Amino acid sequence: MSDIWDWDRAWEVLPDLLEGLKITVFATVVGMVIASILGLVFALVLRKHVPVLTKLLKFVVDFVRMTPLLVQLVFVYLLSPPEIPALAIGCVVLGIHYATYMSEVYRAGIDAVPPGQWEAATALNLPKSRTWRAVILPQAIRNTLPGLGNYAISMFKETPFLFAISVVEMFSAAQRFGANTFSYIEPITMVGVLFLLVSYPTSLLVRRMEIRLA
Amino acid sequence: MTSAPGDVPAIEFRDVVKRFGDNVVLDGLNFSVAQGDRVTLIGPSGSGKTTILRLLMTLEESNGGLILIDGDPYTHEYKGKKWVEIPEKRRRQVRRRVGMVFQQFNLFPNMTVLENIIEAPMHVLGRSRKDAIARAEELLEQVGMTEKRDFRTTELSGGQQQRVAIARALAMDPEILLLDEVTSALDPEIVADVLEVLRDIAKNTDITMLLVTHEMQFAREVSNRVLMFDHGRIIEEAPPEEIFTDPREERTREFLSAVVSN
Repeated sequence: MSDIWDWDRAWEVLPDLLEGLKITVFATVVGMVIASILGLVFALVLRKHVPVLTKLLKFVVDFVRMTPLLVQLVFVYLLSPPEIPALAIGCVVLGIHYATYMSEVYRAGIDAVPPGQWEAATALNLPKSRTWRAVILPQAIRNTLPGLGNYAISMFKETPFLFAISVVEMFSAAQRFGANTFSYIEPITMVGVLFLLVSYPTSLLVRRMEIRLA
Repeated sequence: MTSAPGDVPAIEFRDVVKRFGDNVVLDGLNFSVAQGDRVTLIGPSGSGKTTILRLLMTLEESNGGLILIDGDPYTHEYKGKKWVEIPEKRRRQVRRRVGMVFQQFNLFPNMTVLENIIEAPMHVLGRSRKDAIARAEELLEQVGMTEKRDFRTTELSGGQQQRVAIARALAMDPEILLLDEVTSALDPEIVADVLEVLRDIAKNTDITMLLVTHEMQFAREVSNRVLMFDHGRIIEEAPPEEIFTDPREERTREFLSAVVSN
Protein backbone atom coordinates (compact mmCIF):
# COMPACT_ATOMS: atom_id res chain seq x y z
CA MET A 1 0.00 0.00 0.00
CA SER A 2 2.59 2.49 1.10
CA ASP A 3 4.58 1.81 -2.06
CA ILE A 4 1.96 3.31 -4.27
CA TRP A 5 0.19 5.63 -1.87
CA ASP A 6 1.93 8.17 0.31
CA TRP A 7 -0.31 10.14 2.64
CA ASP A 8 2.29 12.85 3.17
CA ARG A 9 2.41 13.44 -0.54
CA ALA A 10 -1.37 13.55 -0.73
CA TRP A 11 -1.48 16.30 1.88
CA GLU A 12 1.40 18.09 0.29
CA VAL A 13 -0.40 18.48 -3.03
CA LEU A 14 -3.67 19.57 -1.48
CA PRO A 15 -2.99 23.35 -1.30
CA ASP A 16 -2.06 23.42 -4.99
CA LEU A 17 -5.18 21.50 -5.86
CA LEU A 18 -7.39 23.82 -3.85
CA GLU A 19 -5.88 26.75 -5.75
CA GLY A 20 -6.70 24.88 -8.95
CA LEU A 21 -10.20 24.15 -7.70
CA LYS A 22 -10.83 27.88 -7.41
CA ILE A 23 -10.02 28.26 -11.11
CA THR A 24 -12.15 25.23 -11.95
CA VAL A 25 -15.16 26.63 -10.10
CA PHE A 26 -14.59 30.09 -11.55
CA ALA A 27 -14.49 28.71 -15.11
CA THR A 28 -17.65 26.70 -14.48
CA VAL A 29 -19.58 29.64 -13.04
CA VAL A 30 -18.55 32.08 -15.76
CA GLY A 31 -19.03 29.40 -18.44
CA MET A 32 -22.53 28.63 -17.19
CA VAL A 33 -23.50 32.30 -17.05
CA ILE A 34 -22.46 32.62 -20.70
CA ALA A 35 -24.18 29.34 -21.60
CA SER A 36 -27.42 30.34 -19.87
CA ILE A 37 -27.69 33.71 -21.55
CA LEU A 38 -26.47 32.61 -24.97
CA GLY A 39 -28.54 29.42 -24.80
CA LEU A 40 -31.69 31.47 -24.34
CA VAL A 41 -30.75 33.74 -27.24
CA PHE A 42 -30.08 30.66 -29.41
CA ALA A 43 -33.41 29.10 -28.42
CA LEU A 44 -35.33 32.27 -29.27
CA VAL A 45 -33.60 32.78 -32.62
CA LEU A 46 -34.05 29.11 -33.58
CA ARG A 47 -37.73 29.42 -32.73
CA LYS A 48 -38.31 32.72 -34.47
CA HIS A 49 -37.39 31.61 -38.00
CA VAL A 50 -35.46 34.80 -38.78
CA PRO A 51 -34.67 34.28 -42.49
CA VAL A 52 -30.87 33.92 -42.76
CA LEU A 53 -29.90 34.10 -39.10
CA THR A 54 -31.86 31.02 -38.02
CA LYS A 55 -30.35 28.82 -40.76
CA LEU A 56 -26.87 30.05 -39.96
CA LEU A 57 -27.31 29.52 -36.26
CA LYS A 58 -28.69 26.03 -36.83
CA PHE A 59 -25.51 25.20 -38.70
CA VAL A 60 -23.29 26.69 -35.99
CA VAL A 61 -25.16 24.82 -33.24
CA ASP A 62 -24.82 21.50 -35.08
CA PHE A 63 -21.19 22.18 -35.82
CA VAL A 64 -20.37 22.93 -32.19
CA ARG A 65 -22.25 19.88 -30.96
CA MET A 66 -20.63 17.55 -33.48
CA THR A 67 -17.04 18.50 -32.74
CA PRO A 68 -15.12 17.78 -29.52
CA LEU A 69 -14.80 20.46 -26.88
CA LEU A 70 -11.07 19.80 -26.64
CA VAL A 71 -10.57 20.55 -30.31
CA GLN A 72 -12.64 23.72 -30.05
CA LEU A 73 -10.62 24.92 -27.07
CA VAL A 74 -7.27 24.42 -28.75
CA PHE A 75 -8.50 25.79 -32.06
CA VAL A 76 -9.81 29.05 -30.58
CA TYR A 77 -6.76 29.34 -28.35
CA LEU A 78 -4.42 29.12 -31.32
CA LEU A 79 -6.41 31.69 -33.28
CA SER A 80 -6.68 34.22 -30.45
CA PRO A 81 -4.21 37.05 -29.98
CA PRO A 82 -1.74 36.28 -27.17
CA GLU A 83 -2.95 39.22 -25.02
CA ILE A 84 -6.18 37.39 -24.24
CA PRO A 85 -5.74 35.25 -21.13
CA ALA A 86 -6.21 31.53 -21.69
CA LEU A 87 -8.74 31.38 -18.86
CA ALA A 88 -10.96 33.93 -20.62
CA ILE A 89 -10.79 31.92 -23.84
CA GLY A 90 -11.60 28.78 -21.87
CA CYS A 91 -14.67 30.34 -20.24
CA VAL A 92 -16.00 31.64 -23.55
CA VAL A 93 -15.49 28.36 -25.40
CA LEU A 94 -17.06 26.39 -22.56
CA GLY A 95 -19.94 28.88 -22.53
CA ILE A 96 -20.58 28.67 -26.28
CA HIS A 97 -20.22 24.89 -26.30
CA TYR A 98 -22.77 24.46 -23.55
CA ALA A 99 -25.04 27.19 -24.93
CA THR A 100 -25.77 24.88 -27.86
CA TYR A 101 -27.05 22.29 -25.39
CA MET A 102 -28.75 24.81 -23.10
CA SER A 103 -30.74 26.11 -26.10
CA GLU A 104 -32.34 22.66 -26.28
CA VAL A 105 -33.20 22.84 -22.57
CA TYR A 106 -34.81 26.24 -23.09
CA ARG A 107 -36.69 24.99 -26.13
CA ALA A 108 -38.16 22.15 -24.08
CA GLY A 109 -38.92 24.54 -21.23
CA ILE A 110 -40.75 26.94 -23.54
CA ASP A 111 -42.68 24.09 -25.20
CA ALA A 112 -43.73 22.84 -21.77
CA VAL A 113 -45.64 26.05 -21.04
CA PRO A 114 -49.27 25.05 -21.72
CA PRO A 115 -50.92 26.54 -24.85
CA GLY A 116 -53.60 27.97 -22.55
CA GLN A 117 -51.06 30.48 -21.28
CA TRP A 118 -50.52 31.85 -24.78
CA GLU A 119 -54.25 31.90 -25.34
CA ALA A 120 -54.92 33.80 -22.12
CA ALA A 121 -52.25 36.33 -23.10
CA THR A 122 -53.91 36.77 -26.50
CA ALA A 123 -57.33 37.11 -24.88
CA LEU A 124 -55.92 39.89 -22.70
CA ASN A 125 -54.39 41.47 -25.80
CA LEU A 126 -50.90 41.47 -24.29
CA PRO A 127 -48.22 42.45 -26.81
CA LYS A 128 -45.94 39.59 -27.90
CA SER A 129 -42.91 41.03 -26.12
CA ARG A 130 -44.80 41.40 -22.87
CA THR A 131 -46.23 37.88 -23.22
CA TRP A 132 -42.71 36.51 -23.47
CA ARG A 133 -41.32 38.57 -20.62
CA ALA A 134 -44.14 38.37 -18.11
CA VAL A 135 -45.84 35.06 -18.87
CA ILE A 136 -43.85 32.56 -20.93
CA LEU A 137 -40.22 33.01 -19.92
CA PRO A 138 -40.76 33.05 -16.13
CA GLN A 139 -42.53 29.69 -16.45
CA ALA A 140 -40.12 28.32 -19.07
CA ILE A 141 -37.02 29.24 -17.07
CA ARG A 142 -38.44 27.57 -14.02
CA ASN A 143 -38.73 24.44 -16.17
CA THR A 144 -35.10 24.72 -17.22
CA LEU A 145 -33.53 24.91 -13.76
CA PRO A 146 -32.86 21.16 -13.37
CA GLY A 147 -31.36 21.00 -16.88
CA LEU A 148 -29.21 23.98 -16.09
CA GLY A 149 -27.99 22.24 -12.93
CA ASN A 150 -27.14 19.05 -14.79
CA TYR A 151 -25.17 20.89 -17.45
CA ALA A 152 -23.35 22.86 -14.77
CA ILE A 153 -22.14 19.54 -13.34
CA SER A 154 -21.12 18.29 -16.79
CA MET A 155 -19.23 21.47 -17.49
CA PHE A 156 -17.53 21.30 -14.13
CA LYS A 157 -16.30 17.81 -14.96
CA GLU A 158 -15.02 18.91 -18.38
CA THR A 159 -12.87 21.76 -17.07
CA PRO A 160 -9.75 19.52 -17.07
CA PHE A 161 -9.72 20.10 -20.85
CA LEU A 162 -8.56 23.62 -20.01
CA PHE A 163 -5.26 21.91 -19.25
CA ALA A 164 -4.74 21.76 -23.01
CA ILE A 165 -4.67 25.55 -23.27
CA SER A 166 -2.39 25.91 -20.25
CA VAL A 167 -4.96 27.11 -17.74
CA VAL A 168 -3.79 25.95 -14.33
CA GLU A 169 -6.98 24.48 -12.99
CA MET A 170 -7.13 21.53 -10.64
CA PHE A 171 -6.08 18.86 -13.13
CA SER A 172 -3.15 20.90 -14.46
CA ALA A 173 -2.03 21.55 -10.90
CA ALA A 174 -2.00 17.81 -10.29
CA GLN A 175 -0.07 17.18 -13.52
CA ARG A 176 2.47 19.77 -12.55
CA PHE A 177 2.93 18.27 -9.15
CA GLY A 178 3.31 14.86 -10.74
CA ALA A 179 5.90 16.08 -13.21
CA ASN A 180 7.97 17.59 -10.41
CA THR A 181 7.82 14.66 -8.01
CA PHE A 182 7.34 11.72 -10.38
CA SER A 183 4.35 10.57 -8.39
CA TYR A 184 1.00 10.95 -10.08
CA ILE A 185 -1.20 8.61 -8.11
CA GLU A 186 -1.77 10.85 -5.11
CA PRO A 187 -2.48 14.11 -6.95
CA ILE A 188 -4.75 12.50 -9.54
CA THR A 189 -6.65 10.56 -6.88
CA MET A 190 -7.09 13.73 -4.85
CA VAL A 191 -8.37 15.51 -7.95
CA GLY A 192 -10.98 12.80 -8.40
CA VAL A 193 -12.00 13.04 -4.75
CA LEU A 194 -12.32 16.83 -4.92
CA PHE A 195 -14.42 16.64 -8.09
CA LEU A 196 -16.67 14.14 -6.38
CA LEU A 197 -16.95 16.29 -3.25
CA VAL A 198 -18.31 19.17 -5.32
CA SER A 199 -20.31 17.25 -7.97
CA TYR A 200 -22.16 14.86 -5.73
CA PRO A 201 -23.79 17.39 -3.36
CA THR A 202 -24.62 19.56 -6.37
CA SER A 203 -26.32 16.63 -8.09
CA LEU A 204 -28.37 15.98 -4.95
CA LEU A 205 -29.43 19.61 -4.99
CA VAL A 206 -30.46 19.34 -8.64
CA ARG A 207 -32.43 16.18 -7.92
CA ARG A 208 -34.28 17.92 -5.11
CA MET A 209 -35.04 20.79 -7.43
CA GLU A 210 -36.39 18.34 -10.03
CA ILE A 211 -38.70 16.77 -7.46
CA ARG A 212 -39.90 20.15 -6.23
CA LEU A 213 -40.64 21.40 -9.73
CA ALA A 214 -42.29 18.20 -10.93
CA MET B 1 -81.68 38.78 -36.19
CA THR B 2 -82.69 40.63 -33.07
CA SER B 3 -80.86 43.87 -33.87
CA ALA B 4 -83.06 46.79 -34.88
CA PRO B 5 -82.54 48.19 -38.38
CA GLY B 6 -79.67 50.68 -38.46
CA ASP B 7 -78.00 49.15 -35.42
CA VAL B 8 -74.56 47.77 -36.00
CA PRO B 9 -74.35 44.26 -34.60
CA ALA B 10 -71.70 43.63 -31.94
CA ILE B 11 -70.64 40.48 -33.75
CA GLU B 12 -71.24 39.44 -37.30
CA PHE B 13 -70.16 36.26 -39.08
CA ARG B 14 -70.42 36.30 -42.88
CA ASP B 15 -69.93 32.98 -44.66
CA VAL B 16 -67.26 31.96 -42.19
CA VAL B 17 -65.43 28.75 -43.03
CA LYS B 18 -63.18 26.88 -40.63
CA ARG B 19 -61.45 23.63 -41.44
CA PHE B 20 -59.09 21.52 -39.39
CA GLY B 21 -57.34 19.49 -42.07
CA ASP B 22 -60.09 17.70 -43.96
CA ASN B 23 -62.59 18.26 -41.19
CA VAL B 24 -64.92 21.16 -42.03
CA VAL B 25 -66.06 22.56 -38.71
CA LEU B 26 -67.84 25.68 -39.97
CA ASP B 27 -69.16 25.65 -43.50
CA GLY B 28 -70.16 29.18 -44.49
CA LEU B 29 -71.64 30.24 -41.15
CA ASN B 30 -73.78 33.39 -41.00
CA PHE B 31 -75.10 34.93 -37.83
CA SER B 32 -74.97 38.14 -35.87
CA VAL B 33 -75.27 39.18 -32.26
CA ALA B 34 -76.77 42.54 -31.29
CA GLN B 35 -75.15 44.87 -28.75
CA GLY B 36 -76.00 43.71 -25.26
CA ASP B 37 -77.35 40.35 -26.40
CA ARG B 38 -76.78 37.26 -24.27
CA VAL B 39 -76.46 34.36 -26.64
CA THR B 40 -75.99 30.75 -25.66
CA LEU B 41 -74.56 28.30 -28.15
CA ILE B 42 -75.68 24.73 -27.61
CA GLY B 43 -75.17 21.54 -29.53
CA PRO B 44 -73.23 18.29 -29.45
CA SER B 45 -69.46 18.39 -29.06
CA GLY B 46 -67.70 18.92 -32.35
CA SER B 47 -70.58 21.01 -33.68
CA GLY B 48 -68.38 24.12 -33.86
CA LYS B 49 -69.51 26.13 -30.80
CA THR B 50 -66.12 26.50 -29.19
CA THR B 51 -64.53 27.17 -32.58
CA ILE B 52 -66.76 30.23 -32.91
CA LEU B 53 -65.51 31.62 -29.61
CA ARG B 54 -61.91 30.83 -30.52
CA LEU B 55 -62.28 32.59 -33.88
CA LEU B 56 -63.68 35.62 -32.07
CA MET B 57 -60.64 35.64 -29.79
CA THR B 58 -58.29 35.13 -32.78
CA LEU B 59 -57.02 31.90 -31.25
CA GLU B 60 -57.85 30.29 -34.58
CA GLU B 61 -57.60 31.64 -38.10
CA SER B 62 -60.66 31.30 -40.32
CA ASN B 63 -60.30 29.72 -43.76
CA GLY B 64 -62.81 32.00 -45.40
CA GLY B 65 -65.53 34.55 -44.88
CA LEU B 66 -65.61 37.64 -42.71
CA ILE B 67 -65.87 38.37 -39.03
CA LEU B 68 -66.90 41.89 -37.98
CA ILE B 69 -66.90 43.41 -34.51
CA ASP B 70 -69.12 46.51 -34.25
CA GLY B 71 -68.97 46.55 -38.03
CA ASP B 72 -65.17 46.71 -38.04
CA PRO B 73 -63.39 44.01 -40.03
CA TYR B 74 -61.52 41.72 -37.67
CA THR B 75 -59.92 39.16 -39.94
CA HIS B 76 -59.96 40.31 -43.55
CA GLU B 77 -61.00 43.37 -45.50
CA TYR B 78 -61.70 44.21 -49.10
CA LYS B 79 -58.93 46.42 -50.36
CA GLY B 80 -58.00 47.24 -53.93
CA LYS B 81 -60.41 44.59 -55.24
CA LYS B 82 -58.73 41.95 -53.11
CA TRP B 83 -59.32 40.33 -49.76
CA VAL B 84 -56.38 41.03 -47.51
CA GLU B 85 -55.64 40.08 -43.95
CA ILE B 86 -56.03 42.79 -41.34
CA PRO B 87 -52.62 43.76 -39.96
CA GLU B 88 -51.96 42.67 -36.37
CA LYS B 89 -51.87 46.26 -35.13
CA ARG B 90 -55.44 46.98 -36.23
CA ARG B 91 -56.58 43.56 -35.15
CA ARG B 92 -55.30 44.35 -31.67
CA GLN B 93 -57.45 47.46 -31.54
CA VAL B 94 -60.55 45.42 -32.35
CA ARG B 95 -59.54 42.55 -30.06
CA ARG B 96 -59.33 44.98 -27.17
CA ARG B 97 -63.14 44.97 -27.10
CA VAL B 98 -63.33 41.21 -26.67
CA GLY B 99 -62.61 39.23 -23.51
CA MET B 100 -62.68 35.52 -22.83
CA VAL B 101 -63.00 33.14 -19.89
CA PHE B 102 -61.67 29.64 -20.50
CA GLN B 103 -62.74 26.20 -19.39
CA GLN B 104 -59.30 25.62 -17.84
CA PHE B 105 -59.07 29.14 -16.32
CA ASN B 106 -55.57 29.73 -17.77
CA LEU B 107 -54.46 32.00 -14.95
CA PHE B 108 -50.75 32.87 -14.95
CA PRO B 109 -49.23 30.62 -12.26
CA ASN B 110 -46.13 32.79 -11.93
CA MET B 111 -48.22 35.70 -10.66
CA THR B 112 -50.43 36.37 -7.67
CA VAL B 113 -54.18 36.83 -7.99
CA LEU B 114 -53.82 40.59 -8.02
CA GLU B 115 -50.94 40.54 -10.51
CA ASN B 116 -53.04 38.40 -12.86
CA ILE B 117 -55.76 41.01 -12.85
CA ILE B 118 -53.64 44.17 -13.18
CA GLU B 119 -51.21 42.80 -15.79
CA ALA B 120 -53.21 43.65 -18.91
CA PRO B 121 -54.83 46.90 -17.69
CA MET B 122 -51.33 48.22 -16.98
CA HIS B 123 -49.53 46.90 -20.04
CA VAL B 124 -52.31 47.04 -22.63
CA LEU B 125 -54.55 49.88 -21.51
CA GLY B 126 -51.69 51.86 -19.99
CA ARG B 127 -53.40 52.34 -16.64
CA SER B 128 -51.30 53.36 -13.66
CA ARG B 129 -50.55 50.67 -11.11
CA LYS B 130 -52.65 52.50 -8.55
CA ASP B 131 -55.71 52.72 -10.81
CA ALA B 132 -55.32 49.12 -11.93
CA ILE B 133 -55.16 47.92 -8.33
CA ALA B 134 -58.18 49.98 -7.31
CA ARG B 135 -60.23 48.47 -10.14
CA ALA B 136 -58.89 44.98 -9.42
CA GLU B 137 -59.94 45.25 -5.78
CA GLU B 138 -63.41 46.29 -6.85
CA LEU B 139 -63.64 43.25 -9.12
CA LEU B 140 -62.24 40.88 -6.49
CA GLU B 141 -64.95 42.10 -4.15
CA GLN B 142 -67.51 41.49 -6.87
CA VAL B 143 -66.39 37.88 -7.39
CA GLY B 144 -65.95 37.31 -3.66
CA MET B 145 -62.18 36.81 -3.75
CA THR B 146 -60.94 39.83 -1.82
CA GLU B 147 -59.14 37.83 0.84
CA LYS B 148 -57.17 35.85 -1.79
CA ARG B 149 -55.70 38.99 -3.34
CA ASP B 150 -52.06 38.11 -2.66
CA PHE B 151 -52.31 34.34 -3.05
CA ARG B 152 -50.54 32.40 -5.75
CA THR B 153 -53.12 31.14 -8.22
CA THR B 154 -51.88 27.58 -7.69
CA GLU B 155 -53.07 27.80 -4.09
CA LEU B 156 -56.68 28.29 -5.18
CA SER B 157 -59.41 25.75 -5.88
CA GLY B 158 -60.81 25.46 -9.40
CA GLY B 159 -63.87 27.52 -8.57
CA GLN B 160 -61.76 30.25 -7.01
CA GLN B 161 -59.43 30.28 -10.00
CA GLN B 162 -62.36 30.64 -12.34
CA ARG B 163 -63.74 33.58 -10.36
CA VAL B 164 -60.34 35.27 -10.58
CA ALA B 165 -60.28 34.55 -14.32
CA ILE B 166 -63.66 36.27 -14.66
CA ALA B 167 -62.36 39.28 -12.74
CA ARG B 168 -59.26 39.32 -14.95
CA ALA B 169 -61.36 39.39 -18.12
CA LEU B 170 -63.64 42.11 -16.74
CA ALA B 171 -60.68 44.28 -15.75
CA MET B 172 -60.17 44.96 -19.45
CA ASP B 173 -63.70 46.42 -19.72
CA PRO B 174 -64.67 44.21 -22.65
CA GLU B 175 -67.72 45.03 -24.73
CA ILE B 176 -68.02 41.37 -25.60
CA LEU B 177 -67.38 38.55 -23.15
CA LEU B 178 -66.87 35.01 -24.41
CA LEU B 179 -67.51 32.22 -21.90
CA ASP B 180 -66.19 28.85 -23.05
CA GLU B 181 -67.66 26.08 -20.89
CA VAL B 182 -66.52 27.96 -17.83
CA THR B 183 -68.01 25.49 -15.35
CA SER B 184 -67.13 22.24 -17.13
CA ALA B 185 -63.87 21.71 -15.26
CA LEU B 186 -65.39 22.40 -11.84
CA ASP B 187 -66.76 20.15 -9.13
CA PRO B 188 -70.56 20.26 -9.08
CA GLU B 189 -70.77 21.91 -5.66
CA ILE B 190 -68.73 24.96 -6.74
CA VAL B 191 -70.42 25.44 -10.09
CA ALA B 192 -73.14 27.43 -8.33
CA ASP B 193 -70.66 30.00 -6.97
CA VAL B 194 -69.28 30.71 -10.42
CA LEU B 195 -72.73 30.87 -12.00
CA GLU B 196 -73.82 33.31 -9.30
CA VAL B 197 -70.96 35.63 -10.25
CA LEU B 198 -71.91 35.43 -13.92
CA ARG B 199 -75.59 36.00 -13.16
CA ASP B 200 -74.53 39.14 -11.34
CA ILE B 201 -72.56 40.40 -14.33
CA ALA B 202 -75.43 39.64 -16.68
CA LYS B 203 -77.79 41.59 -14.43
CA ASN B 204 -75.60 44.61 -13.69
CA THR B 205 -73.77 45.25 -16.96
CA ASP B 206 -74.68 45.57 -20.62
CA ILE B 207 -71.79 43.46 -21.85
CA THR B 208 -72.58 41.39 -24.90
CA MET B 209 -72.16 37.77 -23.85
CA LEU B 210 -71.59 34.70 -25.96
CA LEU B 211 -71.57 31.50 -23.98
CA VAL B 212 -71.00 27.86 -24.65
CA THR B 213 -72.35 25.86 -21.75
CA HIS B 214 -73.99 22.63 -20.73
CA GLU B 215 -75.73 24.33 -17.79
CA MET B 216 -79.12 24.60 -19.43
CA GLN B 217 -80.82 26.12 -16.40
CA PHE B 218 -78.20 28.84 -16.34
CA ALA B 219 -78.47 29.42 -20.09
CA ARG B 220 -82.17 29.80 -19.63
CA GLU B 221 -81.76 32.42 -16.91
CA VAL B 222 -79.13 34.67 -18.46
CA SER B 223 -79.53 34.42 -22.20
CA ASN B 224 -82.13 36.00 -24.41
CA ARG B 225 -81.26 33.88 -27.43
CA VAL B 226 -80.18 30.31 -27.91
CA LEU B 227 -78.54 28.96 -31.04
CA MET B 228 -78.59 25.22 -31.60
CA PHE B 229 -75.62 23.98 -33.62
CA ASP B 230 -75.15 20.75 -35.46
CA HIS B 231 -72.30 19.99 -37.86
CA GLY B 232 -71.20 23.63 -38.00
CA ARG B 233 -74.62 25.00 -38.89
CA ILE B 234 -77.30 26.72 -36.87
CA ILE B 235 -80.26 24.40 -37.06
CA GLU B 236 -82.52 26.25 -34.65
CA GLU B 237 -82.59 29.67 -33.09
CA ALA B 238 -85.07 30.86 -30.47
CA PRO B 239 -85.49 32.56 -27.10
CA PRO B 240 -84.61 30.16 -24.26
CA GLU B 241 -88.13 29.68 -22.94
CA GLU B 242 -89.14 28.49 -26.38
CA ILE B 243 -86.23 26.27 -27.33
CA PHE B 244 -85.99 24.59 -23.95
CA THR B 245 -89.68 23.85 -23.57
CA ASP B 246 -90.82 23.33 -27.11
CA PRO B 247 -88.01 22.94 -29.66
CA ARG B 248 -89.10 22.86 -33.27
CA GLU B 249 -86.36 20.56 -34.52
CA GLU B 250 -86.21 16.88 -33.70
CA ARG B 251 -82.39 17.11 -33.49
CA THR B 252 -82.66 19.83 -30.82
CA ARG B 253 -85.16 17.77 -28.86
CA GLU B 254 -82.83 14.76 -28.92
CA PHE B 255 -79.87 16.83 -27.84
CA LEU B 256 -81.71 18.53 -24.99
CA SER B 257 -83.11 15.32 -23.58
CA ALA B 258 -79.63 13.75 -23.73
CA VAL B 259 -78.11 16.71 -21.86
CA VAL B 260 -80.82 16.82 -19.22
CA SER B 261 -80.61 13.10 -18.50
CA ASN B 262 -76.86 13.44 -17.92
